[in-house]
Amino acid sequence: MATTHSRVAARFMLSPAVLLLLAWMIVPLSMTIYFSFLRYNLLNPAIDAWAGWSNYEYFLTDPAFFAALTNTLLLVGGVLLITIIGGTLLALLLDQPIWGQGIVRILVLAPFFVMPTVSALVWKNMFMNPVNGLFAHAAKALGLQPFDFLAHAPLFSIILIVAWQWLPFAALILLTALQSMDQEQMDASEMDGAGPFSRFFYLVLPHLSRAITVVVLIQTIFLLSIFAEILVTTNGGPGYASTNITYLVYAQSLLQFDVGGGSAGGIIAVILANIVAIFLMRMIGKNLEA
Amino acid sequence: MARSISRRRQIVVTLLAWAIGLAIFFPILWTILTSFKTEAEAIASPPSLFMFDWTLENYGEVQERSNYFRHFSNSVIISLGSTLLGLLIAIPAAWSMAFVPAKRTKDILMWMLSTKMLPPVGVLIPIYLLFRDTGLLDTRTGLVIVLTLVNLPIIIWMLFTYFREIPGEILEASRMDGAQLWDEIIYVLTPMAIPGIASTLLLNVILAWNEAFWTLNLTAAKAAPLTAFIASYSSPEGLFYAKLSAASTMAIAPILILGWFSQKQLVRGLTFGAVK
Repeated sequence: MATTHSRVAARFMLSPAVLLLLAWMIVPLSMTIYFSFLRYNLLNPAIDAWAGWSNYEYFLTDPAFFAALTNTLLLVGGVLLITIIGGTLLALLLDQPIWGQGIVRILVLAPFFVMPTVSALVWKNMFMNPVNGLFAHAAKALGLQPFDFLAHAPLFSIILIVAWQWLPFAALILLTALQSMDQEQMDASEMDGAGPFSRFFYLVLPHLSRAITVVVLIQTIFLLSIFAEILVTTNGGPGYASTNITYLVYAQSLLQFDVGGGSAGGIIAVILANIVAIFLMRMIGKNLEA
Repeated sequence: MARSISRRRQIVVTLLAWAIGLAIFFPILWTILTSFKTEAEAIASPPSLFMFDWTLENYGEVQERSNYFRHFSNSVIISLGSTLLGLLIAIPAAWSMAFVPAKRTKDILMWMLSTKMLPPVGVLIPIYLLFRDTGLLDTRTGLVIVLTLVNLPIIIWMLFTYFREIPGEILEASRMDGAQLWDEIIYVLTPMAIPGIASTLLLNVILAWNEAFWTLNLTAAKAAPLTAFIASYSSPEGLFYAKLSAASTMAIAPILILGWFSQKQLVRGLTFGAVK
């Protein structure tokens, strides 16, 4: 049992972390909210008048916002689709008895440790480049016209790059979940004549559902904020074809120096992320009681 | 048993797994190989996998032209600095929540997690302006501060899930023997907590090393770590595949090696203990 003495000490030990995080959350966020109601441009700092809701109006009615919102959803959805399906298949494969399983695991996991700017540039230059990329060499060898991925299918190309980075994460988490499955139950169902498909849909998938939910939620949090991959490959272009909300806010604030408009966009991004976060917190909160 | 037909199956599964594993790893392998080619061979058509004149000149040139090791040491200082500072703040916090839980401990943990879900663009402008006004822009100190705060929730959560597994009876026993709070921490808890602290350190060095939002937005030339340095290769004049590959190989090699040690901790750390 904790004594009063240790309880006081505990509170004392907890307070620095709490105060720092409180400051990190409240100070900049309230500044962003304040800025979002100002007409404030860094190029013309003399003007900082109250703007009311006009920044939000401007941001939400800008056609770029809808392009960015659609792109954000496509990017998150596309990457989730590839990584969840691919990750499940990969986890099922790696759960089998394989010679050299440890090495295969290492090979599969490796892309997750590559920094975003490196993976984006390697894919952009050495694979997707229409003149010198490997895909272009392959197309020419087959007598086909090389395809300029980042010019003609920029968002799709970025989805592929990001999916390559996150596939190992999904596979690793799902593999960890698979390994906690009750093997006796699987053997019993096999003896009762259940085929591989019915075993997958009635035993494996329900067992994985929790891990899949966690993967979806955590990836969504990170994928909503994809930035470096867009910055070094397409700069959001051509036009707004590969701009997501994170990149749009960055461009508005640090390229056009529009603090008011950028802040309004930042607050909108926070609201969107919160919707996802609520679901994730419920999942993790449940686990805390167990 | 059905296991007797499994030998042929194991061969097929092994071949398939190796093929897929190599395909996923291929972009990294290709980068490493290209770093040993000359610029001409790097863009030669058809490209060759192994049959080229191996050279180390790219590595020398990357260092000479852009002072690679300054960026490398920026990365080391920023990722290690922010992790150590984070641990210093997080260890007492996680310890107190795991061993002296109060009514609101769960709420505090969930609230800490919620700060991690704040998208960085939501606070980009204030941080940028505050850094500009305090002279922290493009400094390693500034990045250490930001990355400490960004990763603090993950550090606390990871430590908490490890500390929670240390049996409380041991503490009670040592208390019966008359151990004081600090004896308890130093002689009983620390030895049991070290593996958890080590894995937390490992994972957070990896996360901080690869962080590419704040490092790109808050640095220019001086304090730029490798993420930002590599990004400078995105300009058209930077289309030197062999040099890009050499710089990339050196940037990812240390983390690939650390990463392979951290596979298990990765799952626990990044799912906040929801999957173990």
